[in-house]
Amino acid sequence: MAFEGLTERLQKAMRNLRGKGKVSEADLRETMREIRLALLEADVNFTVVRNFVKRVQERSRGAEVLEGLNPAQQIVKIVNEELTKTMGEEAVPLNKSDKIPTVIMMAGLQGAGKTTTVGKLALKLQKEENARPLLIAADVYRPAAIDQLETVGKQINVPVFQQGTDVNPVEIVKNGMAKAQEEHNDYVLIDTAGRLQIDEKLMYELKEIKALTNPDEILLVVDAMTGQNAVNTAEGFNEALDITGVVLTKLDGDTRGGAALSIREVTQKPIKFIGQGEKMEALDVFHPDRMASRILGMGDILSLIEKTQNDYDEKQAKQLAEKMQNNTFGFEDFLDQLEQIQKMGPLDEIMKMIPGMANNPALKNVNMDPKDLEHIKAIIYSMTYEERNNPDLLNPSRRRRISRGCGRPIQEVNRMIKQFNQMKDMMNKMSNGNMSGMEQMMGNMGGMPNMPGMPGMGGGIGGKLSEMAMKRMSRKISKKMNKNRRKRNKKR
Amino acid sequence: MGLFDVFKKKSNDEQNIKDTTNDANENQDVVKEDEVSSDESKLVDIETSDDNDVSQEKFTDGLEKSRTTFGDRLNQLFANFRSVDEEFFEDLEDTLIESDVGFEMAVNLTDQLRDEVKLQNAKSRDEVQNVIIQRMINIYDENGDDENPDIHFASEGPTVILFVGVNGVGKTTTIGKMANMYKNAGKKVLLAAADTFRAGAIQQLDEWAKRDGVDIVKKEEQSDPSAVVYEAVHKAKDENYDILFVDTAGRLQNKVNLMNELAKMKKVLTREIPDAPHEVLLVLDSTTGQNALSQAKLFKETTAVSGIVLTKLDGTAKGGIVLAIRNELHLPVKYVGLGEKVTDLRKFDANDFIYGLFKGLIK
Repeated sequence: MAFEGLTERLQKAMRNLRGKGKVSEADLRETMREIRLALLEADVNFTVVRNFVKRVQERSRGAEVLEGLNPAQQIVKIVNEELTKTMGEEAVPLNKSDKIPTVIMMAGLQGAGKTTTVGKLALKLQKEENARPLLIAADVYRPAAIDQLETVGKQINVPVFQQGTDVNPVEIVKNGMAKAQEEHNDYVLIDTAGRLQIDEKLMYELKEIKALTNPDEILLVVDAMTGQNAVNTAEGFNEALDITGVVLTKLDGDTRGGAALSIREVTQKPIKFIGQGEKMEALDVFHPDRMASRILGMGDILSLIEKTQNDYDEKQAKQLAEKMQNNTFGFEDFLDQLEQIQKMGPLDEIMKMIPGMANNPALKNVNMDPKDLEHIKAIIYSMTYEERNNPDLLNPSRRRRISRGCGRPIQEVNRMIKQFNQMKDMMNKMSNGNMSGMEQMMGNMGGMPNMPGMPGMGGGIGGKLSEMAMKRMSRKISKKMNKNRRKRNKKR
Repeated sequence: MGLFDVFKKKSNDEQNIKDTTNDANENQDVVKEDEVSSDESKLVDIETSDDNDVSQEKFTDGLEKSRTTFGDRLNQLFANFRSVDEEFFEDLEDTLIESDVGFEMAVNLTDQLRDEVKLQNAKSRDEVQNVIIQRMINIYDENGDDENPDIHFASEGPTVILFVGVNGVGKTTTIGKMANMYKNAGKKVLLAAADTFRAGAIQQLDEWAKRDGVDIVKKEEQSDPSAVVYEAVHKAKDENYDILFVDTAGRLQNKVNLMNELAKMKKVLTREIPDAPHEVLLVLDSTTGQNALSQAKLFKETTAVSGIVLTKLDGTAKGGIVLAIRNELHLPVKYVGLGEKVTDLRKFDANDFIYGLFKGLIK
C-alpha cells in the first residue's frame, strides 16, 4: 500500500507527545522536525514541506484549547486538517462539456501510464455513465504505442481512432474529432506521446492539439513514485498547457506518495483520479480528506463502504442479512461473501482501510496470500450441498473426507469450520444490534490461516487515532445513510 | 535544462557517425585480431576503444553542467551562510535532498557534520564547506568498493542479460538501444519478449528487433513468460547467439505473485545455462524518488540484481542521484539512458562523474 511508510513515520513523530498534559516549546520543535523528516523521506518537495511544517507549527502554538482533546490529539487534528488542505479539501469531479463530446486530453512524461489511464477512464465512464467514448491514438513516436491503445480498446470494447505513425499527431486528432462528431461519441480521450516538459518541440505539439480541440479536461498523468522532480514536471506542463487536473498512477506500489502533496500545492490543480492496479477497473476518484486519514493511519472506512456498495449486490445483501438474523447462514452464503470480497480487490488493501489496521505491526508481516481465500473456497467446494447448508452435519469422518477432497490438511479444515461458526455466532449478535461483536471479530481473526494473532486494535496513539477516526467516520456514515433514506422516502 | 544535455548533444553529433562507421570497423578488426582469446577480452577491447577517448571528453563536458547545478546549490547555501546553527543544518539538509542525493544520505551527512564541525571547531565558511565536501567524498568512497561497472560476459556460450523493473521505467527501450549497440559491435543478438502482460509490449520489442535487425523470440499475449524464456534460451544455445536480452513485464516490487513469476523466469534461465543470467539489470527511472530504494531492495531479493540502468536522465533530474545510488543501493550504475533515440544510451563511469562533481568545490 502506498503511504504506509509515511504513516509510520508520522505516527512515530507524534508518539512522543502522547500523554503529555502540556506540550512545551521543545516538544513541539522535536515533533515538527520529525514531521518534516517524515515528509521529506516521502519525497514531498522540500519547499512544500517547509511551508507545511510552518503552518502546522504556527497553528499548534496558538492552538485553541478544545474540550475533550489533549494537546497531542490537537496536533494530530491540525496535521490531518493541513494534510487535507494541502491535497485539496474535496474531490473534484471531471469537467464536462455542455454539448457532446467532452474532450479529455492526456499529457505526461514517458512511462507515467497515460495509455493505461485512458483505458481505465474510458471504462469508468462507460460503466458509470453508459458513455460511448472514442479513443484517439496520437502517440506516433514510441514503437507500438498505437498497438497498445488498440489492445486496451479491444479489452474494454471501446473504439480507437488511429492513422498509423506517418501522420502528424495534430492531424490525427483533427480527423479523430471529426469522426467523433460523426459517430456522436459523448467523450473523446486523446492519448498523447510521453515527453519531457523541457522538450519545446513536443510541447508545442501539445499546445497545438489543445488549441484545436479546446479540451474540457487536460489531465497530467504523474507516476506516484516520482521524487523531488515531480514539481518541475508539474510546473512545466502546467505553464505550457494550463492543465485542469492530475492523475496519480502506480499508487498500488509501496511508494510514500509525496508527489500527491507537492503537485497540488505547487500547481493549485486538483488531483482527480488515482490509478491503483494493473486491472482496467483500478482507477478511483481521489478524495483528499480520506487520503489524509489514510496517511495518518486512521483508515478509510468511507471508501471501504463505497467499495462494498459498488461491488455488492444489494438484493443478495438483503437476503444475507435476513439469513444472519434467522441464523440460517450456511457455507453456501459464506462462499458468496468470499467471492464478493475477492471482487473488491486484494484483501490486504481492503484491510488497510479499516481504522487502526494500516499500521498494525501484526499486519505488517502478514503476507495475505490471495490463495488463502482460494483454499477456503476449495474446502467448501469439497462439501456436499447438504453439508454446506447445514454445517452441523460435519462430523469427524466427513471432515476427513473433505480434507482429502480439497487437498488441505485436516487441521485447516477444522480451523476453517471453527472460524465459520464463530463468525456466524458473531454476525447473529451484530445483526441484532450488538456492535461489541466487532471487536471480538478482530480478536478472532488471529486464528485465520497464516495470520499471527492480532493484538486488538493497536494500542497507544495509533489506537487513539483510530478510535477518533472510527467515531468520526461512523458519524459521517450515519449522516450519509440518513440522507439516502430521506432520498428514498422522497421517491416514494 | 537537464545536466546531461551537453553530454547528449555531443554524443549525438560525434558519436553517431563514429559509432556506425569508424568504430564498427575498428571493433571488427579488434575482434579478428584477438580471435584466439576468449569472448570476454574481445568485449573489453570493444568497449574501451568505444569509450576511452571520446568518453573522457564527453564526461568532462557533461560534468561541467552538472557541477554547476550541484555546485551552484551548495554555493548558494554557503552564500547565505552566517553561522553554524540549527537553521544552517536544516538548509543543508534541504539542499542535499533537493539535489537528489537521497534522504538517508542527506540526513546522515548532516548528522555527521554536526559532530564534525564541533570537533574540528569549524566556524568560517570555507572550513565548513571543506568539511562537507570531504565527508561526501569519504562516504562515496567507502561505499564504492569492488563495484564493477562493466557487463559481465559468459566465458563461453551465450551471455544472458535479464531486465527487470517497475512499470514504465524504460526496460523495452533500453533493450532496443543496447541490442543495437552490441549488434554494431559485431555480436549476434537475440531478444526474448517475455513481457506478455502489458498491451502492446510484444509489438514494441518486435519493432525494436526490426529496427536493430536482430532476432526475437515471441509468443502470443498472455502466454506464460517463462515459456518464452525457455524457448529463447534454447534458441540462443542451439544457434550460437552471443547475447540474449530478456525483456520482462514491469511489476511493482510489492506484488508478491509477480515477483515470484520473475524468480521463476530466472530459475528457468539458470536451469538451462548454469551461470545465467550473467547480468540482471534493474532499470530505474531517474525521476523516481525514495521508492528507488525499495525497488532495488526487493528486486535484489528475488533476482540478485547485478547492476542498474538509469533512464530518462535527459530530463531535469539532478546529478545527486548517482551519490544516492552508490550510498544506499550498493549497486553499480552500468548504463545511462539520455533520450529516445537508439544511440542515446551510454556507458557510465561513476568515478569520473563524481570527480567532476566535487572538483570545483574543494578549496
